[in-house]
Amino acid sequence: MQGNEAIAMGALAAGCRFYAGYPITPSTEVAEVMARELPKIGGKFIQMEDEIASMAAIIGGSVGGLKSMTATSGPGFSLMQENIGYAAMAEIPCVIVNVQRLGPSTGQPTAASQGDVMQARWGTHGDHPIVALSPISVAQAFELTVKAFNLAEKYRTPVVLLADEIIGHMREPVELPDFQSVERVERLVTDDPSAYKAFRNVPGGVPAMASFGTGYRYHITGLFHDEVGFPTQRLDEIDPWLERVNNKLQHADDILLYQKDYQPGARTAILSYGASARTARHAMKQLRAKGENVSLFTVQTIWPFPEAAVEELGDSVERIIVPEMNLGQLALEVERVVGRRKVVRVNRANGEMITPDMIVAAAEA
Amino acid sequence: MAEEILSAQDLDANEGQIPREDWFEASATLQNLRKNKKFPTIWCSGCGIGVVMGSLIRAIESLGLENDQVALVAGIGCTARMPVYMDYNTLHTTHGRALAFATGLKIARPEMKVIAIMGDGDALAIGGNHFIHAARRNIGITALVVNNAIYGMTGGQHSPTTPLDMRATTAPYGNVEPPFPICDLGAAAGATYVARSTVYHPLELDKYLAQAISNEGFSLVEAVSYCHTTFGRINKLGTAADMMRALKENSISKSAYDRLGADERGANTKIVRGVLHTKNRPEYTKVYGTLVDRVSDEAIQPRHYGGN
Repeated sequence: MQGNEAIAMGALAAGCRFYAGYPITPSTEVAEVMARELPKIGGKFIQMEDEIASMAAIIGGSVGGLKSMTATSGPGFSLMQENIGYAAMAEIPCVIVNVQRLGPSTGQPTAASQGDVMQARWGTHGDHPIVALSPISVAQAFELTVKAFNLAEKYRTPVVLLADEIIGHMREPVELPDFQSVERVERLVTDDPSAYKAFRNVPGGVPAMASFGTGYRYHITGLFHDEVGFPTQRLDEIDPWLERVNNKLQHADDILLYQKDYQPGARTAILSYGASARTARHAMKQLRAKGENVSLFTVQTIWPFPEAAVEELGDSVERIIVPEMNLGQLALEVERVVGRRKVVRVNRANGEMITPDMIVAAAEA
Repeated sequence: MAEEILSAQDLDANEGQIPREDWFEASATLQNLRKNKKFPTIWCSGCGIGVVMGSLIRAIESLGLENDQVALVAGIGCTARMPVYMDYNTLHTTHGRALAFATGLKIARPEMKVIAIMGDGDALAIGGNHFIHAARRNIGITALVVNNAIYGMTGGQHSPTTPLDMRATTAPYGNVEPPFPICDLGAAAGATYVARSTVYHPLELDKYLAQAISNEGFSLVEAVSYCHTTFGRINKLGTAADMMRALKENSISKSAYDRLGADERGANTKIVRGVLHTKNRPEYTKVYGTLVDRVSDEAIQPRHYGGN
């Protein structure tokens, strides 16, 4: 099965019942599978007029109560930023798949890239929470798509699945679970319309979300708003909102996904994600075969960045090699956490994969 | 005339004499406003947008709809602030995108009456693409466009409906761009109900909005209004009352227009008020619903995509 197909299957398994999107290589297979499969299970698919509209439509669908998703690549992701910010502001659960391709601009439509790491974090204006997950295999594309929906619903937040062209178009054997057995998280609901506050300042920071048309008439806006949802300019309403929403993902350990393959006594570690992590694993094997001690840290949750785990890794090694298919984006985060002198960047931003040799050479330098 | 229009100050002055609760009891319109939202509105005294809000509430009331079954989706601008005051499901979105949000909501909740409330800049400049495609799909949304021919909230820049040669802060020498005819555009793009009136004629707006909401497919109602604060001031068109009166004098009913001779119709520069276009065409969510029924027996087939 192909990575993009696995993403679509993951969405269906997670309970996605609405897809709105606009065709763009290398993500289009996600839309094609959703167009074919969604109506079979009573779901809805629509091809919108552009990516701005696609993002808007899935927010509308989510407000109507459907688990909703769109898929795109860099140029479309740029267009979606406006309404990703809206989803963050209004706390609307939704999943945005970005199968990254080489940019900037139209770039190289069939070439792979990891160039949207920072855009996923800071692409829309203003401070806001976001979750971004990056799969390293076709099987993980399925698993992380399910996870993306569950996190979106649990935390009332947009979640970005930051795949890349290599994972999206790669074919690998996958054993899909029975969809009924897949763990599905549903959004928190409430049963008292009269006392309902859609943006209540609750402990944990995630208020219940009522669907339109179910007896809860409330206001949703991209303006700063009070607990009921009405626009406000009062600092005693804005400040608690800022604190609640920007902190609701900070202490949630179930969001932070990573894999550690540590070797005792290793003075070098490789930290990577997505397609580059596959190369990193290969390089690690080569280095270990030569008798060198090397640890491997594979990041699935790009945002929020797993600081504590990376800090711990930094304390145990002399240097961390960060291979990525861009000119150094996640490396900035690693440098922030462990210090600049400990980080060795291995970059390639011309559409070609990083080779194991490049990482081995960095390790042996 | 100007003195007869209550300003925010007038309401404040009367506050002790007319308890606010009694207003709500006395008026069906007021009963559908949000009692927990602080009034007055953000609109300037004398603005026409409030007239449209009253019409919209009366139209919904006249159809006997449950408030829970009505969703108001708005973009950005003076007009787009309307839903926050109204006691329905209300979604205040991003600039130009109201119809795209409304499309997703209508697909998720086809049983709901979804009304997209936009100004002329919102609907036709930044939102022009969504406008024509929503009309093309004939999705069951009512597009209510309040046309005041200016960007009011940002202080009076020219919009896609500003008439030629009229001034705006970004057209200081007169507008050099021809305006969009909103209703023609909507009809050409595929809307199945198109009507227009002005804020001088709220009873007409009541009727057209009720018909638009009843129409199964995509409906468009253009409510011609004015902005005395920006457009009126820079073009020396007088007070709100003067501009309101001008809507009466510079408009003509469609039935009167239809009685004109061909030459007179060609030379007409007045706003034509009436139901301008209707068409029978299947509605989008209904069509998709039949598709779902047709394929719902088929199983999802992972193996179709390369299998396990």
